[in-house]
Amino acid sequence: MNRFEYIRPATVADAIAALNEPAARALAGGTNLVDLMKYDVAQPSRLVDINRLPLKSIEITPSGALRIGALVTNTDLAWHRDVREKWPILSSAILAGASPQLRNAATAGGNLMQRTRCYYFYDPSTACNKRQPGSGCSAIGGVNRIHAILGASDSCIAVHPSDMCVAMAALDASVEVEGPDGKRSIPMSGFHRLTGGEPERDNTLKGGELITSIIIPKPDFGAHHTYLKIRDRLSYAFALISVAAALRVEEGIIQDVRIALGGVAHKPWRDFDAEKSLKGERVGTQSFTQVADFILRDAKGQGDNDFKIELARRAIVRALEQAAAGTPQDQADKSLY
Amino acid sequence: MNQIPHHPQIPIFLTINGTLHELKVEPWVTLLDLLRERLSLTGTKKGCDQGQCGACTVLVDGKRVNSCLALAVSRDGAEITTIEGLAENGELHSLQVAFIERDAFQCGYCTPGQICSAAGLLAEGHTRSRAEIREHMSGNLCRCGAYTNIADAVEDVLMPRIAAKEAAE
Repeated sequence: MNRFEYIRPATVADAIAALNEPAARALAGGTNLVDLMKYDVAQPSRLVDINRLPLKSIEITPSGALRIGALVTNTDLAWHRDVREKWPILSSAILAGASPQLRNAATAGGNLMQRTRCYYFYDPSTACNKRQPGSGCSAIGGVNRIHAILGASDSCIAVHPSDMCVAMAALDASVEVEGPDGKRSIPMSGFHRLTGGEPERDNTLKGGELITSIIIPKPDFGAHHTYLKIRDRLSYAFALISVAAALRVEEGIIQDVRIALGGVAHKPWRDFDAEKSLKGERVGTQSFTQVADFILRDAKGQGDNDFKIELARRAIVRALEQAAAGTPQDQADKSLY
Repeated sequence: MNQIPHHPQIPIFLTINGTLHELKVEPWVTLLDLLRERLSLTGTKKGCDQGQCGACTVLVDGKRVNSCLALAVSRDGAEITTIEGLAENGELHSLQVAFIERDAFQCGYCTPGQICSAAGLLAEGHTRSRAEIREHMSGNLCRCGAYTNIADAVEDVLMPRIAAKEAAE
């Protein structure tokens, strides 16, 4: 681990001032950043320990939305009574990720900022455009079982590893940030980015900006949701494919639908045209298969991960069937229904 | 490598197994290394050192965390419980007894982390079934493969507690 300066501000304003240096990084739970520092993938000149900032509350806003402080731990968010009752797909996605120990330390803001688990990104002895822009991509033509099938570029085929962010994408979350130029709100669909042009940039945050909270509108899907995660072992592994699906159905006709995919792209993947095409259709395997084909119309394998296209197709259909039946995936009992 | 002109020693307070420690640490020292190398509390094990195996699990303010990924400075003021602090007045913790009775280990290297993790699981109160025990212990790997006996040991301690709690309600 490199040597660095350590600062522990007490206010958001002081934190933003301390972050106003190119190689400064904010430290929250540390579950990804400290790991990356041990591999010399991250070498911050200054760590700004934000753990004392007043960003730890979960609130329901007057409009019934959920406001999540950036420093709320994954555990506190997933088990919060209101979240379990009204935003169950978010709770389920968080509990599908990592381990209890990691969820006790990891924060909501940190989860948004976590970096890809591409093996080459983590290995400084290999070329990686994300770690070292211009050095090349070892995953293209290399070992790429876990890599992207949608939205990849010639410079990077990494995927975003989060489960929480997939549910947040499905729920139309927005990310509240504060920086040297003041506050702004970024819709979840515009927070993470694809790799074209600048693979080193994971998201659209500007220099010195700090995530302060995440806001999620109140959903209207009742029990018609699921978070289905497919991985190489039953627990404590990143998704090969995950699907957050939610439906609102009246008399067998789909009124509203959300489908977000994890493990397929450099950002949680939402296809608004695909969702639109499903509205007004009758629930059932036929319409679900059609929409899965539509979402995957431009899917491209890299060799080792070719199987993920068919896996994604089946996972989308299965998730929509679970949502339609009102039988969300249980994250402890792994049986598929 | 960045050039930091000096090695800053940052003063912190930690209560470890009930004893208050006033320490000065460099900011890049992890809680795991502090426990093992500075305080000779070597019960907490370094496995992967990357948050993937759970061997370093300790309780921080009653919650289980991977001590390998926690910088000690960022836990200033916390109460830490390690495997050395679970027994009380010379009596083993009920989980320690159950691990021995169920032979829930082979080499024993993951055991302190397994037991601290299980102690965290009991305190959380979200685990009620065998499937949930397995899921909520999934952050602790055992390369000897003692999982069945580990789950048995946790079940032995958890289920009577659930029954007692339900009887009291």
